[in-house]
Amino acid sequence: MLLIILILVPIFGGLVSFLSKNNSQLPALGASLFTLAATLFSAFTYYNGHTPIAIDLTWIPSLGANFSLNINSGLQVLMLALTAIVFPLVYLFLNNKELENKSTFYGLMSLAQAGLMGVFLANDALVFYIFWELALIPVYFLSSMFGGENRIKVTFKFFVYTFVGSLLLLVAFLIIYNHTSNHSFAWTSFVESGKSMSGSMQNWMFWLVFLAFAIKMPMFPFHTWQPDAYEQSSTPVTIVLSAIMVKMGLFAVIKWLLPILPLGVLHWTNLVTILSIIGIIYASCLAIVQTNIKRLIAYSSIAHIGLMIATLFAQNQLGTQGVAIQMFNHGINIMGLWLIVLAIEKRLGTQNLNEMGGIAKLAPKFTIALVLISLANIALPLTNGFIGEFMMFNGLFQSTSPYHIAFTVVAGLGVILAAVYTLGMIQKVAFGELKNSQVVFADLSINEWIVLIIIMGIILWLGFYPNVLMSLVS
Amino acid sequence: MAKMIWLVPLFPLIGFLITGLGRNKLGKTSGWIASLAILASFVVSLLVFFEVKGNPVTQIVPISDFIHVATMKIPFAFQVDALSSIFLLVITGIGFLIHIYSISYMSHDEGFGKFFAYLNLFIFSMLLLVLGSNYLILFIGWEGVGLCSYLLIGFWYKNIDYTNAAKKAFIMNRIGDLGFLVGIFLVFSKYGTLEFVALQNLMATTPFDATYTTAIALCFFIGATGKSAQIPLFTWLPDAMAGPTPVSALIHAATMVTAGIYMITRSHFIFSTVPYAQHVILIIGLATALVAATIATQQNDIKKVLAYSTVSQLGFMFMALGVGAYTAAIFHVITHAFFKALLFLGSGSVIHACGGEQDIRKMGGLSKHMKITYITFFVGCIAIAGIPPLSGFFSKDEIMLHVFMHPAYGKIFWSLGMFAAFMTAYYMFRLLFVTFWGEFRGSQHQKEHLHESPSLMTTPLIVLALLSAIGGFIGIPHVLGGTHELNHLLESVIGVAAHEGAELSATNEMMMMGVAVLVAILGILWAYVGFKKYNASKNATGLAKFFEEKWHIDEAYDAAIVKPLYKKAFFYEKYVEKMGIDGLVNGVGKLIQDGSNRLRILQSGLVGFYMFLMVLGIALLFIIQLWYNKN
Repeated sequence: MLLIILILVPIFGGLVSFLSKNNSQLPALGASLFTLAATLFSAFTYYNGHTPIAIDLTWIPSLGANFSLNINSGLQVLMLALTAIVFPLVYLFLNNKELENKSTFYGLMSLAQAGLMGVFLANDALVFYIFWELALIPVYFLSSMFGGENRIKVTFKFFVYTFVGSLLLLVAFLIIYNHTSNHSFAWTSFVESGKSMSGSMQNWMFWLVFLAFAIKMPMFPFHTWQPDAYEQSSTPVTIVLSAIMVKMGLFAVIKWLLPILPLGVLHWTNLVTILSIIGIIYASCLAIVQTNIKRLIAYSSIAHIGLMIATLFAQNQLGTQGVAIQMFNHGINIMGLWLIVLAIEKRLGTQNLNEMGGIAKLAPKFTIALVLISLANIALPLTNGFIGEFMMFNGLFQSTSPYHIAFTVVAGLGVILAAVYTLGMIQKVAFGELKNSQVVFADLSINEWIVLIIIMGIILWLGFYPNVLMSLVS
Repeated sequence: MAKMIWLVPLFPLIGFLITGLGRNKLGKTSGWIASLAILASFVVSLLVFFEVKGNPVTQIVPISDFIHVATMKIPFAFQVDALSSIFLLVITGIGFLIHIYSISYMSHDEGFGKFFAYLNLFIFSMLLLVLGSNYLILFIGWEGVGLCSYLLIGFWYKNIDYTNAAKKAFIMNRIGDLGFLVGIFLVFSKYGTLEFVALQNLMATTPFDATYTTAIALCFFIGATGKSAQIPLFTWLPDAMAGPTPVSALIHAATMVTAGIYMITRSHFIFSTVPYAQHVILIIGLATALVAATIATQQNDIKKVLAYSTVSQLGFMFMALGVGAYTAAIFHVITHAFFKALLFLGSGSVIHACGGEQDIRKMGGLSKHMKITYITFFVGCIAIAGIPPLSGFFSKDEIMLHVFMHPAYGKIFWSLGMFAAFMTAYYMFRLLFVTFWGEFRGSQHQKEHLHESPSLMTTPLIVLALLSAIGGFIGIPHVLGGTHELNHLLESVIGVAAHEGAELSATNEMMMMGVAVLVAILGILWAYVGFKKYNASKNATGLAKFFEEKWHIDEAYDAAIVKPLYKKAFFYEKYVEKMGIDGLVNGVGKLIQDGSNRLRILQSGLVGFYMFLMVLGIALLFIIQLWYNKN
């Protein structure tokens, strides 16, 4: 029942938000806080007992589809926690922001949360697929309704891109389903079915499944929807996209690809690794020359995700644990970065880095948050970004590939480039003299400051004492 | 007391929190709070030091688990032994003096509180670096130091050039860090541990793999070239002058740049087994000592001279590391910390008096106006030049002696090193003469303003001058009737120095000392002849110009790395990303759109198209189902 609450509460909050006229934020916020509490409760239950929490209801018996949810791994706990943390913080940050179509906005956001929770809970392929789509649909609407001038065009691209992936995924799932011995959508049946496929079949099946995930993460060269979408979506939506939805792709690789098509994975490991490592360098280079802060962060995210994909395919225990940790921390950090962007947009009305500067003098609180979160983004030790990256690099280094040293070193260049573009960003935003002397850059308001303090608290807490994460993933 | 070692980094951390959080309310007290925190650390360090001195055994003090998963267990633990306790003293002792000095130096700065918060954080990171019992904790401190240097170099953030210098420092350090990290991965994947003690034991008992160990050593060395400003990664250090002068003193003397020396000394059991890597270190060290010294001879910014001097002196330390003379390197770290802190703080006092002027061509005759600064600066100069019995003489002499005894190219390297030593004496006394002798060449307004600095600034100078004078006595060689205390102390950590068995005869050793002193005196005389009466009109030409312009190394890096990187990035952005990949994607998208337009399905926009695809999906579903059932 607990697990169903995790999905039902945001749906309920969303529906109430849709219907309410004025205080549409309240039901969404209330639901998200309740979900957070419930998530933490289930996390502790799982953590203390280390026994899986599961629910398995008969759903469509003729198809062998059960409404089956579970929490069975630290990764799931981390992803659920991330989702549960991100939404209320975004709502709190937005507190006084005037939006058009407020009720639609909060309604859709809540529905997206429900879908995301479902993706991370699903233990049945059909349930997984439905939630996968369910999480996307509200986000399509959000991106097309709120955001920049080109949002319709960009959302359309994003939509087509991800939908093609989804379609192929559906096909793949149906093939695997038909291959199961007991005609069941259950995860265990899928694992058994996929494994029993011949090598050559797994080789082409791999792309049917992986393409959807690769687009979602996104992996080079399937990434071009992402900088556009991040730039054009309104920033709260960008947060949902980049902090959580991107993790759907990684999560799905871990749960719905690696164990199901092991031979196919093995066959394509080198290609995928090379692509993702090219992606790290490529995206980092692009980040350096961006003048739009949202695009800069978007490319930075592609580079970070590239390292996670490469490490995942190294299939090494240490590395995979590092990825799980990093998925959580990347979500927290990039949310922090976007909130910083949101604060800038609200005050300066621009995303152009060349029109910023000199904020450090006017807004010390803002600057502290900007610097600390940026440092976490470049994985400085004693911030949360470090441990995961350190473990991932070690894992990548220990992979069985003959090129493991080259992989690690080239991927490591990304660490240097990350410093180049991140410090460049800090410099352009905060240092020097104010470009436009007319602008009054008010420092963070109370609610903004509280949200950023919470984020910085998580950054430092997990940076100094990563043990919490360690015990979850081991 | 060693069990309480966590107090040492804790005090600066608390100091950082108090001064950082209360930076707007505490006012001038934050300077005293920060200083007090370092003083407290110093007292604990002293107690620990004497305990270690009495009983030099390595103690590990665990604090908590840091990484703890099945295949990787790295504790957060501190290691107390002779090496770390010596560094603790240097860091907190000199750090304290710099803090006191800064209270006066920074008193008019609007970022006063923030400055002290950063200073405390800097000391905290450095303490973590030398206390960590494994490479990961060391690395945490290592990066922390890099961060603090970034924050402090760019302290006056309104000046974009300064923030560029800060960025450069951080990025160049990161390049080195990547090398260090790869070294750590190499260690971990083969030995499964990062603990110094455990690793040393493991390496002694497992079969020796020369290539692998050499790779580890070289990777670590790359890390060291970043932090300790060696060729090819040294160009950030002179630019780091952008920070307030006490920061320079802190970076150059007590912290940061010594990190690389410390790390290699800590890893002596790796380096001593791989002569090839040692050769590389020796050559790079020598080259750095020479190149930086040539540049220092032609600089006109008082802090730049000192900065290149630091780079050059670090080169000497690396030469020592390259011949396995770890004690000599540490000895020079200590004495250099004394006189370089002194010189930097002295230059700060000069800059303060001249109203922010840093160009020595516009100074001159300052000895009349600031006696204490002049005398202490003078002491620093003779200490670094290597005139006995001041500290620099003993440590530099020990290094050169070990270099001389290097079996392969000892004599050549010794001669070249001596040349660098000659230049050291020359450029330091050039600086002294031009700055303090002759007539004042600045504006009338500046001249009226000339004054000795307040006692809060001069007291640290006096203390450091004393230390620079007598600091060498901790390592008086046997041949001069000493016992070399430092050597005894460090033997417990790094064993007996490589060349200990093949001592030179006493006469030879005495002779070499004589030569060294002679070379230093020659350098001083040369400077005396050239700059006794300096006039600022001469411009450098030819080779001197080349040296003044720093061998054009920055420009070369710019042309070879920075520009191509940006070019490549712009190319990616314009052609690969926008026209290539995205062009392809959009092309496909447009094709679909056109097609569906004709089908008039897309008229209702997004929702319509979504429905269309859903139908398509369901249709596909059925087709596949049918196809499967048939089989």
